[in-house]
Amino acid sequence: MNNTSVMEGSEAVAVAVKACRPHVISAYPISPQTHIVESLARMVAGGELDSQYVRVESEFSAASVISGASAAGSRSYTASSSQGLLLMTEVFYASAGMRLPFVITGVNRQISAPISIQVDHQDTMSLRDSGVIQFYVESSQEAYDTHMAAFKIAEDPGILLPVMVCMDGWILTHSYERITLLEQDEVDGFLPPFQPVNSLDVNDPKSWGSYAEEDMLMEFKYAVHQAMQSGKKRMKEIFTELAQITGRDHGGLIEAYRTEDAEFILVAMGSVTGTVKEAVDELRSEGKALGLIKLRCYRPFPHEDILNAIKGARAVGVMEANFSMGSEGAVSMDLKAKLCGQKDAPLVVSFIAGLGGREININTVRNIVEELEGVAGSDVPQLEPRWVGLNTDILPKGVE
Amino acid sequence: MEITIGAVVQGGTSLGYKTGTWRDERPILDMEQCKACGVCVSVCPDSAVHVKGETYIIDYDYCKGCGLCGYECPADAISMVKEEK
Ligand code: SF4
Ligand code: SF4
Repeated sequence: MNNTSVMEGSEAVAVAVKACRPHVISAYPISPQTHIVESLARMVAGGELDSQYVRVESEFSAASVISGASAAGSRSYTASSSQGLLLMTEVFYASAGMRLPFVITGVNRQISAPISIQVDHQDTMSLRDSGVIQFYVESSQEAYDTHMAAFKIAEDPGILLPVMVCMDGWILTHSYERITLLEQDEVDGFLPPFQPVNSLDVNDPKSWGSYAEEDMLMEFKYAVHQAMQSGKKRMKEIFTELAQITGRDHGGLIEAYRTEDAEFILVAMGSVTGTVKEAVDELRSEGKALGLIKLRCYRPFPHEDILNAIKGARAVGVMEANFSMGSEGAVSMDLKAKLCGQKDAPLVVSFIAGLGGREININTVRNIVEELEGVAGSDVPQLEPRWVGLNTDILPKGVE
Repeated sequence: MEITIGAVVQGGTSLGYKTGTWRDERPILDMEQCKACGVCVSVCPDSAVHVKGETYIIDYDYCKGCGLCGYECPADAISMVKEEK
């Protein structure tokens, strides 16, 4: 296994998807996702990939096509970003309820208005309640590997849910990285053909997502939640199995980076975690007990692993490239809820950083850590999120 | 119904559900006036108009009496009459 080449992040995803042998791919263009489906289109047109490639008139149709294809027993895939993902939302809720195991790449991009094509996590995180499993990746290599795991996780008979692999637009999709590829027989060994539990059959007609009234709907929803919750163990096993083949261990549902004995811990997701690791190393060498939790899996929320990793820490700073209007960052809300009532729970502070592609460099992380240390001493609950690098000089008149 | 994965159930069960009992007006098709254009077949939301050879037949088991066929028929071949039991 020594097949290494330099390629664009989007190409790495397309190559990974191709190796997973999808029967059906639907595509509707939107930046910064477009290069992925363009690459796949080239592969299909060139005869390298034997898939039904369906060009549709909207993202709603793109999601509907793979939903129907999945019900027909096909391994199916699409990719989208931003507004496109929002347009797919209705179908995602339905697909999760119908337990259809397709894979989507959610290439992260800000949501309008104001219109912007820059990266943050608002788009994919807005889908958090839909029942779609979500992974976030740091590098294109991790994106490549995670897509292999995504199909296997989605199709696991104990899980059977759509899986979204979220990767930062531009920063990952449009930059070039050294990618080590698996051989096709290694992928085939890891990911056998899709074995649907139910599939559409004209000779034995079935109906998906059938009507449920007040005496049953709750039980269906509970079953989806349980598939996610009890699926956590299986997801970790699948990641471990893949790591044994690739020789690359990106972690399970989280990666705990230098968190042992850490007094302060940052939580972050996506490509920024690479920068945060650098900052952690620098600050560690200056004697600060700092660590990072890279949140690889956002849904299901891996609170067991996080709680375990932050044991003994004084304060946790959550770096959020998302914002729940009228409240705070979404990851902080989850974490605070799970910590509430726990003995010796560390202080949790929500840092809104990187919205709309605002740069986060090592100095930004240093400033966050400094602020975290400052409030950690005060022992006052931090109810308001902190907006990192907010330029108050340019705010409209009357906005404080 | 039991809780199945994905709420997947036996399909085609609407065949056994005779929506015709909802009807308060009955479409009467007069083959004398019918021009066999097929409009009624395509507009019926319940697929309750069938073509049998040369004849158009309304399936009263499923016709719910919405009146669309009568409204759209260009030959005025369908009239709606009060359903009485
Ligand atoms: S009345 Fe409505 S339901 Fe009945 S046959 Fe005409 S169109 Fe169909
Ligand atoms: S719409 Fe009227 S004329 Fe046309 S087939 Fe039906 S009944 Fe006949």
